Amino acid sequence: MSEIFDIMLGLGDKFAAHIVLAASAIGLGILVALPLAIWASRSPTVARITLGFASLVQTIPALALLALFFPILLSLRAVFGEDLPTLGFLPALLALALYALLPILRNAVTAQANLDPQLLEAADGVGMTGWQKLRLVEAPLSAPFIMAGIRTASVWTIGAATLSTTIGQPGLGDPIFAGLQTQNWALVVAGCLASAGLALAADALLGMVERGLANRQKWQWAAGLLGVALGLGAALYAQGGGEDEDTIIIASKQFSENLILSRLIGSQLEEAGYSVAYRDGLGSAVVHSAVASSSVDISVDYTGTIWTNEMKRTDNPGREAMYETIVQWERENTGIGILGRLGFENAYAFAMRADRAAQLGATTLEDIVPIAPQLTFGGDPEFFERPEWKAVRDAYGLRVGETRNFSPTFMYNALKSGEADAISAYTSDGRLAVDRFVILEDPREALPSYDAMVMLSPRIKDDAALIEALTPLVGAIPVELMREANYSVDREDEEKVTPDVAAERLAEKIGL
Amino acid sequence: MLKGRQLPIMSAHDESAGGALIRFENAQRRYGEVVAVGGVTLDIAAGSFVALVGSSGSGKSTLLKMVNTLVEPTGGRVLFAGDDVTTVPQAQLRRRVGYVFQGIGLFPHYTVAENIAMGPRLAGEKLGEERIAELLELVELESDMASRMPDELSGGQRQRVGVARALANDPEILIMDEPFGALDPITRDALGEKVRELHVKLGLTTVMVTHDMAEALLLADRVLVMSAGEVVADESPRALLGGAGGEVAQSLVAVPREQAERLAHMEDNTP
Repeated sequence: MSEIFDIMLGLGDKFAAHIVLAASAIGLGILVALPLAIWASRSPTVARITLGFASLVQTIPALALLALFFPILLSLRAVFGEDLPTLGFLPALLALALYALLPILRNAVTAQANLDPQLLEAADGVGMTGWQKLRLVEAPLSAPFIMAGIRTASVWTIGAATLSTTIGQPGLGDPIFAGLQTQNWALVVAGCLASAGLALAADALLGMVERGLANRQKWQWAAGLLGVALGLGAALYAQGGGEDEDTIIIASKQFSENLILSRLIGSQLEEAGYSVAYRDGLGSAVVHSAVASSSVDISVDYTGTIWTNEMKRTDNPGREAMYETIVQWERENTGIGILGRLGFENAYAFAMRADRAAQLGATTLEDIVPIAPQLTFGGDPEFFERPEWKAVRDAYGLRVGETRNFSPTFMYNALKSGEADAISAYTSDGRLAVDRFVILEDPREALPSYDAMVMLSPRIKDDAALIEALTPLVGAIPVELMREANYSVDREDEEKVTPDVAAERLAEKIGL
Repeated sequence: MLKGRQLPIMSAHDESAGGALIRFENAQRRYGEVVAVGGVTLDIAAGSFVALVGSSGSGKSTLLKMVNTLVEPTGGRVLFAGDDVTTVPQAQLRRRVGYVFQGIGLFPHYTVAENIAMGPRLAGEKLGEERIAELLELVELESDMASRMPDELSGGQRQRVGVARALANDPEILIMDEPFGALDPITRDALGEKVRELHVKLGLTTVMVTHDMAEALLLADRVLVMSAGEVVADESPRALLGGAGGEVAQSLVAVPREQAERLAHMEDNTP
């Protein structure tokens, strides 16, 4: 318990960022929903369309809605210019505001519809204009119901805002996602407790405002609003003292290795006197654009990922040629500088349990082709959509029985328990050696190489001191040491360590 | 006491011989195929107390609400002091027409005083405490009622506040739609008397819709009987009691008359 408490104490800046994001989204939601509700109360058609749209938005999973704003904003750059941020605060704000729309809109429309018609007749009878009726009668009488909608929206938004971690907006989702990747449950619980606590506090304060409005107790709603304002003010103040221009932001994707390497790079930079901030748990597709737009400064990416995802290439020119081509392509197309390769590959490969492989007589992908229709293949959430999978399928004529998605950490458990016969493993994964899994060879070289590279954003790629601080990492990490570091984070016994500790040990072993 | 408005009312009185404060010229109101009011033509003289009587659905409320354009005519015209009501700015028209209705419609989030002062407030005028107390006194409520909220009042008190609110703008005409319909008989009787008294005292023109012929006969000096969207009788109370006005009117008059006779009979037979 004390461990969770310690973690929570360290969440101050995430907490502040979370409050500012959620409050902004709710604020924007209110700004849009209230005029719409007024319009809707005067036109049944508008009511149908707006409520229909808001309900439709609600059916989109929050995670998907957040992710969708990345391509939307990317395409809007054609209109607003290249400075339009596609990651971080803006897409999170827009998605969450859209999400907050429904409860506010629905409550406001319902409140208007349920106003006593005799009051409206009296309002007309005393000679109120439409605007006076809205201001003097409809708004004050609807206020408690609208407030109830805002309250619901706030609780939802605070919860959903944890997902904004995946599009690079820091918040209370950071410890949750980091904890899920490394199976560090204390982190997950701390993040959840902080987020739930925040939601409860907001609910209590807004509930006070709602009751104050309903009972016409000015002090009560004023006190509730004051509480909200103080919380928001404190969050804004805390955030104001956050990152400055010189901070180097290091991104990591949603798996342990990337997290460890981000910490390794971060500690090198801190030793060289830089201040460093981390954006953990970014979606794989998002990281490259984030670096290209200097939303983040450094990431570790892999040659095969860039080759297929960014350059849309399906050929396989071999390890060296691929790297050289990528360096040139990035320089010419995105402005990203590539510092160098770290020395190991984290390639996709197919792994099976040793006993199962022996039983089936499989040592290469070719051996698996005739029996594949009876087998279940497991992959990480993106694998079966990736060109690598298609390349393997085409190269070997592979037809598999069933495919299932697992988060990377759970994938190995699925293989161990027999839920999957083969999984898309990563060659640098520590669990491969420990659990005596075997890797199926790829004689037709369908799978591209995946050399780990350090990517530098256009903003910092010419920073000589930074390059000097990071150059000792180039070519310095053999795959065995990376596997060991990965396993030390992924393992589930008492020897499990945090990515920070794993990075420290790795630094020692490679002589830094 | 009643500030500036005294004069126009008096002049309206002067006109009453020749001119009318309200004139319906073939006023009609249709809802799709349904005819609520079908071509009513009549004048309402300034200073008169007119009762509109009829059964449910006879069109009496619809006709009344044409005066302050809560219902707009689909045919014909309604003139208020010579002007077509649909051409007078709506808010201005409604401040000149005091409106009292069965639902009362006191604003629950305002005090009694704020409710009464609402009309003048809309016109940018602030009613003083004295004026509020005066209006409360007119409807026989204590001045300490001013700070109460509507839900702390009885039904009768609420409708008294409703009447005070309708009078706050010094209206030229008071229109009332079943104003006492939801009240108990004693309250109803007392408030009816009060309104009649105010009508005389303030020199008002009053039009009251009611389905209760006894109420109409006792309070009004002219009774209009409506049936199926038409005015079928237009008589003084005395003439109606004397058998004038035709079949519909007489069937309505028969109800209170028979009740009175039966009560008298019972009294006679009481030992």
